[in-house]
Amino acid sequence: MNISLVLNGRRADWDVEPGEALLDALRRHGVLSVKRGCDTASCGTCTVLLDGAPVPSCAVPAPRADGREVTTVEGLPEAAAHLGACLAAEGADQCGFCAPGLVVAVVAMSRELDDPDDEAINHYLAGNLCRCGGYVSQTRAIRRYLQEAR
Amino acid sequence: MKRDDGLREVGRSLPKIDALGLVRGTPAYTDDLAPRESLCVVAVRSPHAHARILSVDTAAALAMPGVLAAFTWRDVPRVAVTRAGQGHPEPSPRDRFILDEYVRHVGDEAAIVAAETEEQAREAARAVRVEYEVLPAVLDFEAALDNPVVLHPEPEIHENFPIGFEPRRNVASAYSMHVGDVDAVVAGSEVVLRRRYYTQAQQHVALEPHCACTWLDVHGRLNVMSSTQTPWHVRRIMARALEREVKEIRVVKPRIGGGFGGKQMLHGELYCALATLRTGRPAKMVYTRREVFEATNTRHPMRLDVTLGADRDGTLRAIDLEVLSDTGAYGEHALTVFMVAGAKTLPLYNKVEAVRFGGRTVYTNRVPGGAYRGYGAIQGNFALESALDELAGELGLDPIVLREKNMIAEGETSPIFAIMGEGTEGVEMIVESCKLPECIRRGRELIGWDAKGPRREVAPGVFRGLGMALAMQGSGIPTIDMAAATLKLNDFGSFNLLIGATDLGTGSDTILAQIAAETLGVPTGDIIVYASDTDRTPFDTGAYASSTTYVSGHAVREAALKMRAEILVEGARSLGCEPARAAFDGSEVRGPDGAITLRDLSAKLLYNEHQKQLMTTGSHLCEKSPPPYMAAFAEVEVDAATGEVTLVDYVAVVDCGQAINPNLALVQVEGGLAQGIGMALWEEVVYGPQGHLRTRDLMSYKIPGREDIPSIRAELVASHEPSGPYGAKSVGEIGIDTPPAAIANAVAAAVGARVRELPVTPEKVLGALPG
Repeated sequence: MNISLVLNGRRADWDVEPGEALLDALRRHGVLSVKRGCDTASCGTCTVLLDGAPVPSCAVPAPRADGREVTTVEGLPEAAAHLGACLAAEGADQCGFCAPGLVVAVVAMSRELDDPDDEAINHYLAGNLCRCGGYVSQTRAIRRYLQEAR
Repeated sequence: MKRDDGLREVGRSLPKIDALGLVRGTPAYTDDLAPRESLCVVAVRSPHAHARILSVDTAAALAMPGVLAAFTWRDVPRVAVTRAGQGHPEPSPRDRFILDEYVRHVGDEAAIVAAETEEQAREAARAVRVEYEVLPAVLDFEAALDNPVVLHPEPEIHENFPIGFEPRRNVASAYSMHVGDVDAVVAGSEVVLRRRYYTQAQQHVALEPHCACTWLDVHGRLNVMSSTQTPWHVRRIMARALEREVKEIRVVKPRIGGGFGGKQMLHGELYCALATLRTGRPAKMVYTRREVFEATNTRHPMRLDVTLGADRDGTLRAIDLEVLSDTGAYGEHALTVFMVAGAKTLPLYNKVEAVRFGGRTVYTNRVPGGAYRGYGAIQGNFALESALDELAGELGLDPIVLREKNMIAEGETSPIFAIMGEGTEGVEMIVESCKLPECIRRGRELIGWDAKGPRREVAPGVFRGLGMALAMQGSGIPTIDMAAATLKLNDFGSFNLLIGATDLGTGSDTILAQIAAETLGVPTGDIIVYASDTDRTPFDTGAYASSTTYVSGHAVREAALKMRAEILVEGARSLGCEPARAAFDGSEVRGPDGAITLRDLSAKLLYNEHQKQLMTTGSHLCEKSPPPYMAAFAEVEVDAATGEVTLVDYVAVVDCGQAINPNLALVQVEGGLAQGIGMALWEEVVYGPQGHLRTRDLMSYKIPGREDIPSIRAELVASHEPSGPYGAKSVGEIGIDTPPAAIANAVAAAVGARVRELPVTPEKVLGALPG
């Protein structure tokens, strides 16, 4: 079926399967920042913004994106560069597989929460797993990013 | 920038060289880079824990749209291999085929299909009709030895050298060693403690599932891209399994999304190769998360029987460690993981009069065991460090005092270093760097050991307790691990660094660039790293056994020293002076009558005068394996009514020698701690009564989330390992080793509940509460 969406600010007309996940449609169309880490909406590596709200794209049927705005990390270059620099400064970027989804979730958090403390950060980002870094360095980096971004 | 220690690039927390690219989502992982026209390869997996395949009918599958190939065990070369991904010849038994007539665990490969799309391949896999004769399964590893059900009766399988392989008895490997007369010393000890501990199967859960792709290049060679930690071992093992020459295969590792040992073994590479060789088309295989759980590897579960003999004053006199390890359906890393349970724990207490280690690794119809960060040391550490805590309790000693009285120190050795290697004999070694006293001093201060005391009630029925554990690991496998690096000088002064080393997300490409830059005297930004390509970079055994910094780092330094010497010679020639009268400081070669910058010299060398390519290679064999050390302290809160354990604080102080990049070293420790905390409290691969996995997704298998990890505080102590590059030791594994014992010890301190079987669940805590 044909859908029309706004992907990272540009209109895209795609032919998708009714049962296809948005994650698969994105990757099939070359949006490769969106990663598949699980198949159960448990890991957060496929997080995208759907009309501004963070969602696991593996759990969103692609037809649901019809007429809506989808934002991936490719559409958030400034936040990616800035948060990326903060992560790198802390050594918090390890294998990088969780990073694009994390950036998307942090951008959503920064729009939604005003001056979150560590507990609020960890609660908001609980769905974004990382297996390499043990989280504490990521939290240091996110705190730095939020301070600098304000 | 000149520092007190004289180092400019080493010791700086530089950002990872690939950080921004990965955060931006640049295509970098195997599934991002696989040719778009790749066929999708999918396995038909066994629904039975143990069965013989009577027939496989692929006709219906092959008739489906888009399906190009199907393979059964009859269609593939019958060559026994191990998929362990180790050196040559492997210390693991060659007990596996690309596909076999028997399936030995739920999820084992029964057939393979390849189709144009993933959906078509999955539908085709469902259409393959496999007729099984279901066989009785061995699911309890304590009942595996001499069980009438034999997992591996096939005649072709073999050990490469003696590893105690007795497949007719379900034994994948066996080993024993002793120093002194353990029984006599135990009999003569004033206090004897005998305890049994169990550790569970743990899954790596690298966030990138295993992925491989293959294609034929213009020369007809088989190219393989894989999320692997061991490109050269993959190439060699694929050549054997496919009955091809090594020279016909190229293996490349792009970025990989975490490994932790789980990508040391081979998985989809061989199946993709079947499809590509049959059809001539590129092929890829991307594991689902369920397949990662069912059909890759886990940490080997173990039963560990510890006997300690000591005197009342806390002098430890004898240690006896008897281990039964479960390698599941195949013997991947069976011997070596089991040996490390002793080899990288027992030398911590080197002053004993007698020490013994022995046992077996047995086959069961479960997911195969494999390499996993810690690699036996975490299992051994849980048993030994728990037992020492129990001994301290019996003796009425502070657990720190007991350890300080008996632990290894700088300038000392352990006979175990020479006796036990990984699958072979080890090498003698004097410990030249061991800052355990400093680690303990700093850790007890950070956790508040003296101020808080071992146990306090913080609310009615809610207790806080402190526990601790020491750990050691190694730095590569001596006389086996070898690495090489090549430096190439480019026009206008940059360098290509070509390394076989395999960065699995740790930042090793970055720290190796720092070592090259330090040695050359140039900024790290002038080093362009290309790594892990069997055609285009020199050899490296791979990323395992905590070897990259220590072994590959040396190779890089050696290549850089040679390059410096060549630059000096060419610079002196250009200046018209003797090399002995010239000096190179990283930016220019200066002679008695002038200087030439590296930038100008490098351009001249390629375009204008005495044209030649400067290219140097360093090669390093690991000759010893200096252990990193660590002291760790846990504070837990236990609700005595529910048994619920909350980790309140975790402190880890590590001696990893000189950290090449302190931030990256610290995050190695923090990440290891998180995985160790997961193993201590939640993570467990669970099977149903027929051998089906109950934990096969991230909802049923709990890895720590960010709300589960409290304040982790990791620090590095000042240390310098004389045998290491710029004083470095390794740091990749040691972080994982302590949480099981330190947390179990803290729970015991808090409420008196001694849990000897991981993970430490509320049910077990309640069951262990003193009457």
